[in-house]
Amino acid sequence: MAKTDALQGSLDLLVLKILSRRPRLHGYAIMAAVASTSGDVLRAEEGSLYPALHRMEEAGWIRAEWIKKDSGRRARVYELTAAGKKQLGVEESRWQSVSLAINRVLREA
Amino acid sequence: MSLWSRILNAVQGERLNREIDEELQSHIEEAIASGRDPDEARRTFGSILRQREASHSIRVAGWLESLLADVRFGWRQLCRNKVTSVAAVLSLALGIGSCVAAFRLIDALLWRPLPISNSSNLYVLSHKMTGFDGKPLEDDHWATPEFNLMRNAVKDQADLIAISEADRMDITWSTDDDVEKAHVVYVSGNMFPLFGLEPALGRLFVAADDRAPGAAPYAVLSWDYWNHRFGRDPHVLGRLLHIGDQNFQIIGVGPRDFTGVEKGTVTDIFLPLSMNTLAAQDRADWHRVFLMLKPGVNPTTALEPLRQHLSAVNHTFGSACSTCFRGETQADIDRYLNQKLVFYSAGAGISALQKEYRRLLVVLGLLAALVLFIACVNVGNMMTAQAAARAQEMALRISIGAGRRRLVQLILAQSALLALLASVLGALFAAWSAPFVLGLINPPDNPARLALSADWRVLLFGFGLIILVVLLLGLLPALRASAVRPVAALKGGEDPYSPRRLMRGAIALQVAFCFLTLFLSSLFVASFQRLQNRPLGFSTDRLLLLETVAGKGQTSVVWNQTAEALRAAPGVDSVAISGWPLLGRIRINSDISINGAPPSPTPAFFLNISPGWLPTMKIPLDSGRDFGPQDTSPGAAIVSETFVKTYFPGQDPIGRTFSRGANQPLNTIVGVTPDVPDHDLREPNLAVFYVPFNEVDDKSVPKTVDFATFVIHTDTRNPLALTDSLRQLIAQRHNGLRVSNVTTQLELVRDQTVRERLIAMLAAFFAAVALLLAGIGLYAVLNYSVLQRRREIGIRMAMGSPRASIVRVVTLDVFLMIALGGCTGVALGFGAARYVESLFYQVKATDAGMIALPACAILLTALVATLPAVLRALRTDPTEILRAE
Repeated sequence: MAKTDALQGSLDLLVLKILSRRPRLHGYAIMAAVASTSGDVLRAEEGSLYPALHRMEEAGWIRAEWIKKDSGRRARVYELTAAGKKQLGVEESRWQSVSLAINRVLREA
Repeated sequence: MSLWSRILNAVQGERLNREIDEELQSHIEEAIASGRDPDEARRTFGSILRQREASHSIRVAGWLESLLADVRFGWRQLCRNKVTSVAAVLSLALGIGSCVAAFRLIDALLWRPLPISNSSNLYVLSHKMTGFDGKPLEDDHWATPEFNLMRNAVKDQADLIAISEADRMDITWSTDDDVEKAHVVYVSGNMFPLFGLEPALGRLFVAADDRAPGAAPYAVLSWDYWNHRFGRDPHVLGRLLHIGDQNFQIIGVGPRDFTGVEKGTVTDIFLPLSMNTLAAQDRADWHRVFLMLKPGVNPTTALEPLRQHLSAVNHTFGSACSTCFRGETQADIDRYLNQKLVFYSAGAGISALQKEYRRLLVVLGLLAALVLFIACVNVGNMMTAQAAARAQEMALRISIGAGRRRLVQLILAQSALLALLASVLGALFAAWSAPFVLGLINPPDNPARLALSADWRVLLFGFGLIILVVLLLGLLPALRASAVRPVAALKGGEDPYSPRRLMRGAIALQVAFCFLTLFLSSLFVASFQRLQNRPLGFSTDRLLLLETVAGKGQTSVVWNQTAEALRAAPGVDSVAISGWPLLGRIRINSDISINGAPPSPTPAFFLNISPGWLPTMKIPLDSGRDFGPQDTSPGAAIVSETFVKTYFPGQDPIGRTFSRGANQPLNTIVGVTPDVPDHDLREPNLAVFYVPFNEVDDKSVPKTVDFATFVIHTDTRNPLALTDSLRQLIAQRHNGLRVSNVTTQLELVRDQTVRERLIAMLAAFFAAVALLLAGIGLYAVLNYSVLQRRREIGIRMAMGSPRASIVRVVTLDVFLMIALGGCTGVALGFGAARYVESLFYQVKATDAGMIALPACAILLTALVATLPAVLRALRTDPTEILRAE
């Protein structure tokens, strides 16, 4: 089965959800977390992950910080802000209603 | 927060890129560390550059980044043409600075509201009437009893406030010896409370201080005077101030920014209205009356009924005077009493300086604006030329996808840079020049003073000016540049004439404005010269004037003895006494009645003089004799030629008599002198008569004299060097005489032309700048045009066109534009000259010389400015040009 790229709308939701469970992750870790928690079904492409992260940072949902890694290199880690938690609620309920609607269509069509 | 971080990121664009790169790089390393193949990890990651661009555009404020890029690019463009850029910035700075300075002066004198509460509800009362000579009169002075009547009449709707004009008086603080000058103003007690003013120290006057004449011997100092005279000493309260024979106790200091209602003069001392002896006189019109509407009264509906009410009071008061109109016909009296009362808004203060300098300042503002405009046209032309040279670049930008808006922004950014640089320099120029010009208003011993604060009004004006300049400079070239058709421009076939058409129009405009500036300034300079060179009829050389007062008055015997003592002093040549100096601040008229007839409609002006005054002033006698010690007034008189022409036309006046009003003693004319200007250089000669300094009353008892002027002809070239010794000599005699003011006759003559000198100087300055700028502009445009047309010129030369025709091709249209601009300038000049006619002296806008002078100057400038371009055109080498093409 082909690995589905996360839909544009749902990438924000996935990132926010993952950050809400495990704060202070860098980009690669978020990508890995999307893959592992979805059982390798979903995959966040690098090409959309970083613009999404930066967009959400500008929107004030997540906050970034540079940390020093053991290798001596710096990594940029992200965590949820208060606005981000609120946004997560909004995104979750929207996803619920969308998936409910799609399920209904699938059942009745 | 987010916007701020995006703005910050835009400023630090490079750093942001590095951060993004580092994050992406760390991602790939992480992937490799977790066991992925390095090549594979990089490949799946895709183009780092594209990712960076995507992230970058999210994290910066794009508009700001492009703006910064444009500013940087504009800066590089300016740096590339250093000389033109510096010239552009300097000329704009001069224009902007002059405009701001003119605005500061105009605003401070004419527009800025007084620092009082409800200044918009303040009006000044004036009355218009027809004088007994049939001429319209307007006067804003009122007698105190009439003020009190009017005050009571309207007390429900408005408050009336009496404020006298600032008078420069002699005051003393301790002994009699140290006389000082101070501006003293008498005010009614309600002024301070109604203006909402709070004392900086002590208390201010209240309504109770008005109650009875002479009952409130108190004084309030202005903050400014307290500051510079007493160094803000709080112990000044309770000190005694002596003016004449009155003593006043200091009770308080006014608020910091209040300097009275007379713009241009800073009041030093406020005294209660009731303390002036004039306040008790029934018919002495001596102070202004202001009207302050009560809170909640609507000016649009309340003013007219108030005006009618006050008019009625004025009419009743006027007709109640039994002694005022003796000897006038009833028709004349009725006509005089039919006065029209008017209110003028006085929220910005009221002063003679405003009246005198309003037009001058408007002209100054106009000249400054013209210079700024000429500078803008110059710089605009420069930018048009640059934009035309960059047509290919613009075309390239458009063809690779730049938006037109972006191109407009690119050029506007450059003009904004120029304007900002210029405005910084201009602000410095304005900061220096406004006080400098203010210092030239009024004679040096009594300079005009205005609060020239640089507050939000000035800032707002400056900001508006910068926007205007940016638009003037940049909009046209910007729109032109953005209208570039890429295909045509890249092929090199863009219409080469269109920018030149624009620039030629600009030249016509520039020449028109330059002509206007030159025309006005030549009128002003000629006025000044004619005024200054007006024959005086008396000598000003080595004449020292000691304006002297005698507190309680002294007989002419004492005055003559003092003159005798002065005569004996070293360095003194001759001494005479007159009531007041010629061309000074005082003049008094007198009715003239011949053979007991009613006084003639034109009054004459008189001056008391001692024997020897005429020779001391070097005024010759046409006929008759000078006064001798035996002559008294009334009794003998010497008259001027105009006096003879007016009252004794065609007769020999010697031995004839006249009296100063009906039923007055006779004066016999003993001598005739040529005319001299007695009060104002600008006036035509008026009828003047001299009477002896020795005055007697009807019982032949000598009268006392309160003040007079010793006119001293000295040996030295600088008469003021004798000031101290002569002042001491008078003080040592202890006869009550005291020198109150020292000046020279030369200074008085110079003071007459202060205003003309100022406007002539400034106008000449602006004219020189305008001419220089126009010359530079002409040179630049022509030079550019020759460069643009070198292919055409080359072809013409190759085909054997003679040099003369090349010159004609290059210069014809420019000189056509100059002619067009010149004609427009003449039309504008006539219009402007009519507005400022009152500032001219014996000069008419239609004088041929006044038009010829600016025309020649412009033509000459044009010739000089076009020469380099013509030479360049003639040196064009056709073979080289054609080969290059």
